[in-house]
Amino acid sequence: MDYNDKLAQSIRSVKPSGIRRFFDIVNEMDHVISLSVGEPDFRTPWHVRQAGIASLEQGKTWYTPNRGFKELCKEITNFYKRKYNLTYDPLNECVVTVGGSEAIDIALRCMVSRGDEVLIPQPSFVCYEPLTVMAGATPVLIETKVENDFRLTPEQIEENITPDTKLLILPYPNNPTGGIMERADLEAIAKVIVKHDLMVLSDEIYSELTYGGKRHVSVAEIEGMKERTVVINGFSKAYAMTGWRLGYALGPSEIISMMVKLHQFCIMSAPTTAQYAAIEALRNGDSDIEAMRNEYDMRRRFVVASLNAMGLSCFNPEGAFYCFPCIKSTGLSSEEFCTRLLQSKHVALVPGSAFGECGEGYVRLSYSYSIKHLTRAMELIREFLKELKDEDNS
Amino acid sequence: MDKLLQLLSENSSYSTEQLSMMLGEPEDYIKAQIAEYENSGVIRGYQAVVDWDEVPDSGVMAIIELKVAPQLQKGFDEIADRIQAYDEVESVYLMAGSYDLLLTVKGATIQEISSFVAKRLAAMEGILSTATHFMLKRYKEKGVSLTEGKNDGREMIV
Repeated sequence: MDYNDKLAQSIRSVKPSGIRRFFDIVNEMDHVISLSVGEPDFRTPWHVRQAGIASLEQGKTWYTPNRGFKELCKEITNFYKRKYNLTYDPLNECVVTVGGSEAIDIALRCMVSRGDEVLIPQPSFVCYEPLTVMAGATPVLIETKVENDFRLTPEQIEENITPDTKLLILPYPNNPTGGIMERADLEAIAKVIVKHDLMVLSDEIYSELTYGGKRHVSVAEIEGMKERTVVINGFSKAYAMTGWRLGYALGPSEIISMMVKLHQFCIMSAPTTAQYAAIEALRNGDSDIEAMRNEYDMRRRFVVASLNAMGLSCFNPEGAFYCFPCIKSTGLSSEEFCTRLLQSKHVALVPGSAFGECGEGYVRLSYSYSIKHLTRAMELIREFLKELKDEDNS
Repeated sequence: MDKLLQLLSENSSYSTEQLSMMLGEPEDYIKAQIAEYENSGVIRGYQAVVDWDEVPDSGVMAIIELKVAPQLQKGFDEIADRIQAYDEVESVYLMAGSYDLLLTVKGATIQEISSFVAKRLAAMEGILSTATHFMLKRYKEKGVSLTEGKNDGREMIV
């Protein structure tokens, strides 16, 4: 049977993730020192796990309200008030989702459709482009540059705007570059956004992980932006809760109510146990975030200094838990670099090209690993670079 | 807690260059800090974390609880000093609770430790009673799990 004409054109047109093939090789190998994983190495704080366990013991295993427990929505809006001085109505401007990913998906499906263009800065997380395509809209890619600290500039937005442009995705703090947008950067792009009457989907999943004393600024804090922004966040990165699958969106009630409508038909409600745990995380988890951030910060300093010392020039990341060194000096493509490093030293990094074509020439290195693990990996990468050099010279 | 001490207590084989990168301090400063800790006696030595269960003929370990009659003026210090002088004794702690001193003792065989307890410890003046527990298996040593697999359990997901 020919299934091609049985499948929707939209999903067929989505390119399969190029990184899968590389990951398959990694999974086949034994004793790989991996620096490729995109999730915290910490375990969910024990008091948060306990809250989940307690809810199970009490038999609280039913659906929750579609938009999430009222208690949880209140804690989420309290959190945004406390951290970013943003006021959202927990009953009408918040929806709890299955991870940030679902929130991105339903936000896109509620805001764009055929004929609309979505601006997507790259390098960035892999889901924006395919989910835009699945929503029927057209992705327009904007390449952020290392010379701009991988930040998005107002000029870059202007250059890519057409009468069909409807939405900008703002993926900061950024995976994979570690770039952030400071208040002045956001103020500068806000002018263009307002001028062209665009909406913004601000993916702030790494909001709690910024370094060097710089706190994350939400674009919704900028004057005139809250009414045109859907904020996406979640529990995975800040509280090391990836497997609980819990995220949320905050935004104007007109948009959130549509997202709740879609969410109720495709998901029903986000995982119940996770919601109980998340309430505890938001109430008593600030010090856990602080402890994990300090640990990431130490690893960040170590990895960035090590890479620069071995001659891989590395942009100093100010957010998330990745660094994105440039490997152009080796003369290899990012996929060749990663494949050869894996084969000769059993160290796994992710080719920058996985995060958009403009990621070519870079690799993503996650420092969400113990310092012991990172120390060993840095030694092996140093050996690998030396061997490459010796090869060139011979 | 001092971050430098914490890192060294986790892994004393970090080079000063590595520590300087981790802590974002100049290497000379790290070297001076370590020298100061060594001179003042805060750092007493550097050891490897060994899983002795993996080493054939590495002997046996026992934990010994001691009840001791404290001496006038000197309390428990003098007897603790006498006990720690034995090579068999790896560590000595003064405890709060139902006994006074806790020792970890290493020997080639159970008999060797039994003989040490009976002939040396129990016979010592001021020792009121001993309770010896032999260690059967190690699960965690100095903060390092000896049973966890190398695989950290995370999937390859971007």
